Amino acid sequence: MFDVHEMEINFGPQHPSTHGVLRVLLRVDGERIIDAKPIIGYLHRGTEKLFEHMAYPQCVPHTDRMDYVASATNNLGFVEAVEKILGVTKLIPRRAQILRVILSELQRISSHLLWLATHAIDIGAMTPFFYCFREREQILDFFEMYCGARLTLNCMRIGGMPEDVPHGWLDDIEAFCGKFDAAVDEYESLLTTNRIWKRRTVGIGVLSPEEAIEWGITGPPLRGSGVEWDLRRAQPYEIYPELEFDIPVGRNGDTYDRYLVRMAEMRQSNRILKQCIPLIKQTPVGDLKAKISKVIRPPEGEVYHSIEAPKGELGYYIVSDGKTQNAYRCHVRPPSFVNLQALPALARGHLVSDLVALIGTIDIVLGEVDR
Amino acid sequence: MSEIPPPAKTADDIKRDPLVAAAVSRVGDAIVDAKEFVGEITLFADRDRIVEVCRAFKDDGFVYLVDLAGVDYSKFPNHTGLRFSVAYTLYSFQKNARVRLRVWTDETTPIPSVTSVWKTANWHERETWDMLGIVFSGHPNLERILMWDGFNGHPLRKDFPIRGIDTGARIYPEVFPEGGGPKAGSTGKPANDVNVYKGEWKKYGTWPLAQIGGGAKAPAPAAKPAPKPVAAAAPPAAVEEDADV
Repeated sequence: MFDVHEMEINFGPQHPSTHGVLRVLLRVDGERIIDAKPIIGYLHRGTEKLFEHMAYPQCVPHTDRMDYVASATNNLGFVEAVEKILGVTKLIPRRAQILRVILSELQRISSHLLWLATHAIDIGAMTPFFYCFREREQILDFFEMYCGARLTLNCMRIGGMPEDVPHGWLDDIEAFCGKFDAAVDEYESLLTTNRIWKRRTVGIGVLSPEEAIEWGITGPPLRGSGVEWDLRRAQPYEIYPELEFDIPVGRNGDTYDRYLVRMAEMRQSNRILKQCIPLIKQTPVGDLKAKISKVIRPPEGEVYHSIEAPKGELGYYIVSDGKTQNAYRCHVRPPSFVNLQALPALARGHLVSDLVALIGTIDIVLGEVDR
Repeated sequence: MSEIPPPAKTADDIKRDPLVAAAVSRVGDAIVDAKEFVGEITLFADRDRIVEVCRAFKDDGFVYLVDLAGVDYSKFPNHTGLRFSVAYTLYSFQKNARVRLRVWTDETTPIPSVTSVWKTANWHERETWDMLGIVFSGHPNLERILMWDGFNGHPLRKDFPIRGIDTGARIYPEVFPEGGGPKAGSTGKPANDVNVYKGEWKKYGTWPLAQIGGGAKAPAPAAKPAPKPVAAAAPPAAVEEDADV
C-alpha cells in the first residue's frame, strides 16, 4: 500500500495547449486529477467598461477582440442587440441579412476548423492541422476580400452592412462550398475511425444533458450531450427561418460526440452557404443599409439579445438611458466563459493528459473568457 | 401608420402574462414590479426572497440561467433609489422564451446567492462581485475572477475612472520608475537616466529613421519660416527633445 501523494501543479498560463492564457491549478495524485481550478483574467481588457464610453458604432471593432477567431458572429450579436433596442430589426434589407448569414457561416466553419486543428494537435495528431488550415486559409481570404481584414473583421454595421460584395466573391465561395464537403470527409478519414483518436476521446469528460443545462453550457457541447437546441432554430434571426439545415446531436456527451457534432455542423454550415448564394444573387445590388438615423440614441430600456456563435450562445445585455449615444451598460454573455466553468466537473478523475483533450473539446477562446 | 398604440401594460397585466403567471402565482408578493420593453418581460423581485423566486421559476420550466449581470445605476438620469441592480436572465426550453428577474441592492447589503439553484451562477456572481462590488451571501467561493487578487476597486462602477487607477504595482521599477510608467493618463515626468521609455508614447514617432536601422536617411525637417532679421540675439533654436535618442 502506498500513501496518497497529492501534489498541486500549475497548468499554464504559458502552455500551448491551454489555447491562450488559461491557468488551471491542478491537484493531482500521480497522473490522476483530483481537482482542477481554472484561474482566468490574464487577458482582461475591460471591454465592457470601454463599451460604456463609446458610441454604439464605435463598439463594433471592440467586439472583434473578444472571440478573435469568430469576430463576424461577435459583430452580428452586437449589431442585432442594438437594432433590437432601436426597434429596427425588421428594416434591415434582405441582401444585408443574407450577407450576414454568409459571413457568420463562413466564420463558423473557420472557427470549427481552428478548433479541430488545435484539438487534434493537442491530442497528438499532427496531420489534421495542415489539412484544416488549408481550408481555413481560403475562408480568411474571403474575409480579406470582403473587408480587408482576416481576423478582426469589423464587418457589420448597425442597420446593415458596410459595403457590397466584391466582384466574383460569391462565385469563389460557391466553388469553395462545392469542394468543402470532400475536405470534411478527408478530416474524418484521418480521425473518426482512428483507433488512437477514439481511445483518447471516447468516454472522456461525459456530460449528461441535465448537468449541461445546470452548468449553462450551450453550443456544440450542449448538443453533444443530446439536447437538440440551437438558437438559429429556437429563436431564429436574419434569414435562418427559410434555410434548411439539421441540428446534429450526440448521444453520449463525451469528447468524441462533441467532435462528431462539430464535424456535422461544418457540413450543415456548408449546406446553408450553398442555399444563400442563389438567394443573394436574386437581391438588388447595393441595397445594404436600413434608413436609420446616423446618430444612434436608443430609447430608455434594457434588452438582451443572443445569437448562436460557433462556441455557443453569445448574448449582449444592453441598458440604455435614453439620453446619450453610448450604452449605459453593456454586458456580454460569452459562451466560452460559461462553458469553461464546467471544466473541473469534467476533469475530475481523469488523467492530466486528458485535461488537454477536455480544454480542447470545450473550445474556449481566452479573449472571450476574460473580455 | 395610423395605428392606435395599445395602452401601456400595467405591472399586474404583465404578471398575468401566460409566460410567467404560473411561477408568479407561486411566490405571490415577492414580485414587486414588472416592466415590458421590446417584448421582453422584466420582473422586479424582493431581494431577500430571490432564491425562492428563482427556484419557483426553475420548477416552472426556466431551467437554464442564461446570464447574470450587475448594473451600477448611480449615474443613471433621474434615478432615485438603490444603487445597484442585478439582472437574472432565465430561459425555458419548453416555452422557448426568456424572462428577466431583477433585484435592487446597495454597496453593503448582500443578495442571497442563487448558486444553490443553478451551478452556473457561481462564476457569474463572482464576476459581478469583482466588477461591481455587489456582495452575494451564501456563495461558496466569492473571490475575484477577472481582476487579480488584492486589486483594490471595482472597475465597472461608474465612479471608477476609465483610465484606471494606480494600484501601486510595479513590474519593472528600474525601467518604469515612479511616475513614468506606461499607464494611460500619466502626467508624471520620466527620470532622465532611463532611455528605454521617455515621456509620452507619441514621441517614438520622431525617432530618426537611420537610428532604427536599414540605413534610411532621416527625413528632412519641414522648412522653417525665414528668421526675422531683427532677431539679432536670437537664442539658439530649441533642440528637439528626443533628437539624441
